[in-house]
Amino acid sequence: MSSVERHAEPQETMAPADDGDMHVLLKSVDMSYGSRRVFDALSCGFARGRISVILGGSGSGKSTILRLIGGLIQPQTGIVLVDGQDVTRLSERELFTVRQKLGMLFQGGALLDSYSVFENLALPMREQNRLSQRQIADEVHAGLTAVGLSDIDHLLPSQLSGGMLRRVALARAIIRRPIILLCDEPFSGLDPASIKRIEELLIEINRQFGMTLIMVSHHVPSTLRMADHVLLLLGNRTVEGPPAQLRQSVDPEVADFLDEGSQERIRRW
Amino acid sequence: MVNPIGEVGYRSLRFVRQLGGMAVFATAMLRAALTPPLRVTLFVREMQKLGVLSLLIICVSGLTVGMVLGLQGYHTLVRFGAARSLGAVVGLSLIRELGPVLTALLVTGRAGSAATAEIGAMVATEQLDGLRMLSIDPVHLVATPKALALISIMPLLSALFIVCGLFGGYLVGVGMMHLDPGSYLTSLRSAIDYPSDITCSVFKSLVFGVLLAIIATYRGFTSAPTSEGVSASTTATVVIASVTVLMFDFIITALWGV
Repeated sequence: MSSVERHAEPQETMAPADDGDMHVLLKSVDMSYGSRRVFDALSCGFARGRISVILGGSGSGKSTILRLIGGLIQPQTGIVLVDGQDVTRLSERELFTVRQKLGMLFQGGALLDSYSVFENLALPMREQNRLSQRQIADEVHAGLTAVGLSDIDHLLPSQLSGGMLRRVALARAIIRRPIILLCDEPFSGLDPASIKRIEELLIEINRQFGMTLIMVSHHVPSTLRMADHVLLLLGNRTVEGPPAQLRQSVDPEVADFLDEGSQERIRRW
Repeated sequence: MVNPIGEVGYRSLRFVRQLGGMAVFATAMLRAALTPPLRVTLFVREMQKLGVLSLLIICVSGLTVGMVLGLQGYHTLVRFGAARSLGAVVGLSLIRELGPVLTALLVTGRAGSAATAEIGAMVATEQLDGLRMLSIDPVHLVATPKALALISIMPLLSALFIVCGLFGGYLVGVGMMHLDPGSYLTSLRSAIDYPSDITCSVFKSLVFGVLLAIIATYRGFTSAPTSEGVSASTTATVVIASVTVLMFDFIITALWGV
């Protein structure tokens, strides 16, 4: 399904797949923030129509991968292919075209806090589509219904609970029917019921629209339930494969990371 | 130990880089202002937020400055037997200098800092990145309406400041010092060179508005995505814009030949 190389360290991976299967592909990416090196020749891929989850500790560069894919940051070297287009070589205006294919659910929602829920969802359609006000309103309500919300059009993001905010942000991310959905920590700070709800929604979106879903998460139980493929960032190396395969890994770092008991203990602490 | 030459070089390079960044950002805003869609609703909303909510502080400050000018001017002029010229002193001071400059400084503190803080908070909460991912240019949607509003409100608020100041001077001169109202108004009218003084005043306000608009929005966009970063950008806006306004005031005054 995918291949990963980083630091030429030993890896535990499934057989590398053909690059052609990959909807998103990172090749030999070097990335630093000032003097802090995040990636050194990172190569990895995310298959079309699948749910891929990026796991790793804080500061391991999980969100950086999503931001690279979205063209929000540029690597020092390497290429990032999104649906066949190298986003590292595009101007901001050209990136706008590529981003029509992308939806992104930010960790904090990233909704415009001075806009109502309705305006937040209507904005991308008002900007790009030539839809009538009536059609926009219908689309907004359909989007909200899809994420299980109604009668909150007039509310501001600050008036929503964490779970509702995340669902509105999800509705905004998918309202233009992107083919790739990037999710940055969709479960962080949510109660178990909300986590379950978001998890179900993401699976449903993936199945219903065939969207490629690339998700960053700390939440191991959800990851193991949802993912078709897991990319685990461990310091100076990466490990990847299907969740079932990673659970059987004899690598102590992998086993420790995926140990739900230890995750639970950390969360409670 | 810090190498002083290296430090000077580093700071010079950073200064030049920031100037370049600001020029590029200003060009992007200009292009955005000329590119449809025209964001009339947002512009009006920003005018209300940045301009209308500054009315009180402008009126009170203008009135107070005019009253102080009236008092100081009267006590100085009366020594030379020229108390009748109080209207001219108050009027010229306000129209040529104090009106545009003090308005710019007040708007910098009230509206410029607010614009930077708002944009900086949007950076910190990834709202601008959210717009980029929706293929919406944040310079077009967020920065340009704010910048145009800041440029538009400056001459209007400056005019209001001057009117309030003239009224403050009148209150002190006529109400407290018992000058003849006719003398006050006549000296005011005869001292003002129309259209030169008025044009200079409006021109200064517009230049200050452009400077503040660029500095405030650029600082917001380049703010570090932390609460400390937003705070630092807001402070930088007030400091840099204030100093720049004073420097440009001197340059314009010198070039205008006043």
